[in-house]
Amino acid sequence: MSTAPHRTSTQHTLSVLVENKPGVLARIASLFSRRAFNIHSLAVGPTEHAEISRMTIVVDVEGTPLEQVTKQLNKLVEVIKIVELDPEASVNRELVLVKVSATAANRGEVLDTVQLFRAKVIDVAPDAITIQITGNSGKIRDFLTVLEPFGIRELVQSGMVAIGRGSRSISERTQRPVPVPVRSAAG
Amino acid sequence: MSAEQSGAEMTGAQSLVKSLEAAGAETIFGIPGGAILPAYDPLMDSTIRHVLVRHEQGAGHAAQGYAAATGKVGVCMATSGPGATNLVTPIADAAMDSVPMVAVTGQVGAAMIGTDAFQEADIRGITMPITKHNYLVTDPADIPRTVAEAFHIARTGRPGPVLVDVAKSALQSMTRFDWPRELQLPGYRPVTRPHSKQIREATRLLLESRRPVLYVGGGTIRSGASRELATLAELTGIPVVTTLMARGAFPDSHPQHLGMPGMHGTVAAVGAMQKSDLIISLGARFDDRVTGNLDSFAPGAKVIHADIDPAEIGKNRHADVPIVGDVREVLLDLIAALREKADAGHTGDYEGWVRWCAGVKSSYPLGYDKPAEGLAPQYVIERLGAIAGPDTIYTSGVGQHQMWAAHFVGYEKPNTWINSGGLGTMGFAVPAAMGAKAGMPDTTVWAIDGDGCFQMTNQELATCAINDIPIKVAVVNNESLGMVRQWQSLFYNNRYSNTDLHSKRIPDFVKLAEAYGCVGLACETPEDVDSTIEKAMEINDVPVVIDFRVERDAMVWPMVAAGASNDDIKYARDLAPEFEGTDDWEVRP
Repeated sequence: MSTAPHRTSTQHTLSVLVENKPGVLARIASLFSRRAFNIHSLAVGPTEHAEISRMTIVVDVEGTPLEQVTKQLNKLVEVIKIVELDPEASVNRELVLVKVSATAANRGEVLDTVQLFRAKVIDVAPDAITIQITGNSGKIRDFLTVLEPFGIRELVQSGMVAIGRGSRSISERTQRPVPVPVRSAAG
Repeated sequence: MSAEQSGAEMTGAQSLVKSLEAAGAETIFGIPGGAILPAYDPLMDSTIRHVLVRHEQGAGHAAQGYAAATGKVGVCMATSGPGATNLVTPIADAAMDSVPMVAVTGQVGAAMIGTDAFQEADIRGITMPITKHNYLVTDPADIPRTVAEAFHIARTGRPGPVLVDVAKSALQSMTRFDWPRELQLPGYRPVTRPHSKQIREATRLLLESRRPVLYVGGGTIRSGASRELATLAELTGIPVVTTLMARGAFPDSHPQHLGMPGMHGTVAAVGAMQKSDLIISLGARFDDRVTGNLDSFAPGAKVIHADIDPAEIGKNRHADVPIVGDVREVLLDLIAALREKADAGHTGDYEGWVRWCAGVKSSYPLGYDKPAEGLAPQYVIERLGAIAGPDTIYTSGVGQHQMWAAHFVGYEKPNTWINSGGLGTMGFAVPAAMGAKAGMPDTTVWAIDGDGCFQMTNQELATCAINDIPIKVAVVNNESLGMVRQWQSLFYNNRYSNTDLHSKRIPDFVKLAEAYGCVGLACETPEDVDSTIEKAMEINDVPVVIDFRVERDAMVWPMVAAGASNDDIKYARDLAPEFEGTDDWEVRP
């Protein structure tokens, strides 16, 4: 998994609803590795339903058609639903914590940059500032470019999370799974 | 299941055995060991027959053979660590060939998991990419639901292996046995009914096409759709090819049958697909061994691709009409749609095409050269098929003998040909035959094996002899890893690096058979073939092994070299067929 700071046209954002069970993340990671699919970024966390987790996967489909990726994901028993988020109709965010060299001499400049990008200072040391920024990948890329000359000492970046615009929820209908009657010895 | 059993207090081990009974398991192949030991105690009192095998790989392939022969879910059982890892090959094999199988493994106690405990292996992690689904159970209360889910998932949709790994602590704890009435599987909803719009579109293409081929895969066997296939084929007159996994889905004796396509396919089957303008794929997956070089495979063909697994559609070859559904349901709908069209006076016009295919079939029949000296392996298999007949179940290992068995036995019925197609597992034949015979005790079961394969799994002859599973084994002994040797002959200047097994000298297969409590026979001349097979056919109380000592230079033909175009098929060394009259199909009679 890599979180390079920009997206290209072969990348698609998938929202994947999965059963919140142990090993699901390993299963998905194993599938991507085995099928030689490329994960650009992956973020996973709980949803409004305790039994469902949501993964936001940015896949690079240069080698494999997106359809094959979603079909293989759908074969996993614990994958409930996959929605491709249209970039025009969705909002996506990444979070970066970055530690930048800043001395008394240039701290002002760094703080100007922070303000310009509506980022946030979360820690200050005599010779460094730690900054938190959220935004889409474009904004984050631009911010890091501007910070670069000050000297980036350490950087940690989350995977992208994304959500569709408007009032609809992709997990609405997953609440009522169709039960399967059990076939027993005779059947 | 009686009411008083439900909710009863018992150990997790008892709950596991009760669950397996409730799920319908009748026979389990396995070996006990530390972690699974608690389950073996209640198994003694169970209605389930447990067959104690000699190696867990044998248990797995036996479960596969059982499943393929009976259509039921095959079950195998092993302990943690090495027991479980020995099941990896059969599990991968079952995944590739869509065999419904449940593997139950013991795991170290829940508190020990992750500590590198004695005989600990993360079999759930190991088998993630080779199972349809898998489970690790640490809470005994989860056992019944997990077993019910495992059987449901293994047998529905595209069948496949499901592994249930149960911690020893869960087997030893007290629990309540509650067999579930329904399962909650929100992410598992296989589509079996095809979409009517796709059926209409497929019908239109079928009627428009002039050179259609029914490309029949293993899914047709698993879905039990042979009768419907025959109906569709006869209704339309369209030529049929059956893949290695589908041999028996359509009678070999049928005039429309062109044989097996692919790397070692018949000239007619390969040629027909190459020249066709419409491929109707029924539970097949455009495997590389069928298509050869994909870019030059059937270049003029549109594709109707019917499969229960949506991910197979469009994976290797673009599908013009994708149909997600069970092959049998798809065929029923296609038959109904085509009959309706026929009633309205619309039928396909395939006459020239059918004639062309029949011409290729008669110009390039399957054949082989009889050697000046010694015994031809193809002759042995041909005679075996003729004498044992189409009601016999044939299993095979992997290699030359497998290809000859696919070609020369002659299959008339589904589920009579059981082999390792996708994974290509050497050593499959004997344990698979054991499983098939255990499931179908009144049917004759022949394992057609090679001398290399036979030496990988023949320890199960002991299991067969002791447990009254009288299989018959034909060892096609060319004292070589024959298929590899063939490639060395063709592509490595006859440099036979490590393919000489010396199996005519060591071991003595007749003595080996006898040591295992079987009857051992040997045959090395064409004159003795029939009488030796007949003798074996008369022995029904113990397993029989025949050492057919065949000449070693026979090669499998036809052949398309790996990675080459199917247009470059050779029906013998350096002999390419000439597809004459390729515009015949345009000529109206």
